[in-house]
Amino acid sequence: MTVHLLAELTVFVLALFVGLEVISRVPTMLHTPLMSATNAIHGIVLVGAILVAGAADAPFNAIVSFILVLLASLNVFGGYTVTERMLEMFRPKAPAPKAPADGTK
Amino acid sequence: MTVDTTAASWVDVAYLITAICFIFGLRYLSSPKTARLGNRISAVGMLIAVVATLSQGIVNWWVLGSALIVGAAIGIVSAQRVKMTAMPQMVAIFNGAGGGAAALVAAGELLKVFNANGTPTYDVSFTSVLSAVIGSISFAGSIIAFLKLQEVMTGRPITYPGQQIVNALVALVILVCWGLVVANVPNSLEFFWIALGASFVLGILFVLPIGGADMPVVISLLNSFTGLAAASTGFVLGNNVLIIAGALVGASGTLLTVLMGKAMNRSVTNVLFGAFGAIKTSTAAGGAKQQNVRSVSTDDVAAMLAYANQVIVVPGYGMAVAQAQHSIRELADQLEKRGIEVKYAIHPVAGRMPGHMNVLLAEANVPYTSLYDMDDINPEFERTDVALVVGANDVTNPAARSDKNSPIYGMPILDVDKAANVVVLKRSMNSGFAGIDNPLFDDPKTVMLFGDAKKSIDGVIAGLKAL
Repeated sequence: MTVHLLAELTVFVLALFVGLEVISRVPTMLHTPLMSATNAIHGIVLVGAILVAGAADAPFNAIVSFILVLLASLNVFGGYTVTERMLEMFRPKAPAPKAPADGTK
Repeated sequence: MTVDTTAASWVDVAYLITAICFIFGLRYLSSPKTARLGNRISAVGMLIAVVATLSQGIVNWWVLGSALIVGAAIGIVSAQRVKMTAMPQMVAIFNGAGGGAAALVAAGELLKVFNANGTPTYDVSFTSVLSAVIGSISFAGSIIAFLKLQEVMTGRPITYPGQQIVNALVALVILVCWGLVVANVPNSLEFFWIALGASFVLGILFVLPIGGADMPVVISLLNSFTGLAAASTGFVLGNNVLIIAGALVGASGTLLTVLMGKAMNRSVTNVLFGAFGAIKTSTAAGGAKQQNVRSVSTDDVAAMLAYANQVIVVPGYGMAVAQAQHSIRELADQLEKRGIEVKYAIHPVAGRMPGHMNVLLAEANVPYTSLYDMDDINPEFERTDVALVVGANDVTNPAARSDKNSPIYGMPILDVDKAANVVVLKRSMNSGFAGIDNPLFDDPKTVMLFGDAKKSIDGVIAGLKAL
């Protein structure tokens, strides 16, 4: 194992603990949005997709590169939009049930 | 050991900011009041990372740009249009997309090394197979989960003799190929592709025997897989933001998976390999055994509710299928007008996704302050006049408390049978997803209202108005 890998493993393990700590505070009622939010966050693989498909020595032809970035982009944009839609529905006791909580969307 | 004094690039600083945004984004999910802000912080973090990456001597703009735009368009439009009841499928698809992307990124990095006639270091070969394997399992598994949830294929477990042996063999193939790639044998790239393909097959095989009712566990597990695949891709690329984000998602998915398992009193292994609910696949015999059920009309239920002091609604997957959440809200409004207290009891595994019922009721403008978790609501049933069970079955089954032979014995349930009266809305007398008889339906204080949940509730509302 290289020093480099060990450093990365350290980051990984610490991030796992931060994740457990932060996520254990999320109430059951928000578990669906939580899943959706973390689903959007793993869209970060888009960074990897851009690095691979956009490199001068890109290993894939245009079609595979396109599919790769498309998949990652779908994950990011779809993930955040779904989460936003779910969360905008959660509101405390609304005095006027039919009125949307605020003007956005 | 020498100290690396190279100046950090601003791109790495941007990635650090992104990681912080993700952590705060999740932190703010701890309350419904701040949750939207959290999601936006996380989205801003993502934007920062993508912009920073695009600034790094990227070529192939045409391909990148078009793929980004098409992906964004499909993602946003479908996410906007999808019905709330179809959320689990949608999340499954986006999850699969991420898994597939992670697998391809890993493949690409390995290819780069070989294209340059180089030999990958052990670190790179080990982690690239890892992300290809997990990503590919997640991709294929998510597709099957989607097909099951969308009811394109049966939600029942699909089992065949020797299933576990076949799965084990496929897993063995993956492990052997993995070893060969890391050992860098001649033609190791071919073994990489075999590992990738076998993982795809394993992803399909491992979700096939899992029943629809266990989908909350599967979806969160697959979510965790994609997170870990992304983290592993971070190791391949030497990119910290991928590692951190992937670890956060992996931790979250694992935690949720364990919580779901606990809520069903079953180990995650049992969920994955138990083929739960497969025993009674084709028997509609549940009805034959339970003959003491009392069927009533919507007007009867309306009268019953009108003279109650407290009503607890117990929603289940049937509510989602019938899209009955808006009607339920209307019914609750009618009841509240009469001074009747209405509460909602949410079982942790009701529906097809963790917290599925909460989202649906939120969509129907039910204030989240009226929704109660199992432990908070169970003592309330004793003081409740009517428990209205809308399309929930196994989570109300008293056999889980008393019948040691029941497959769900020991699963924590909602103590619906402790209410003075129970009204069960059901499409028919068929047994629930787990294929288990529910003695609640035989209980003398239980009445059944058969039919589509939405139509039944609308009928009850009409009945209430006429009273």
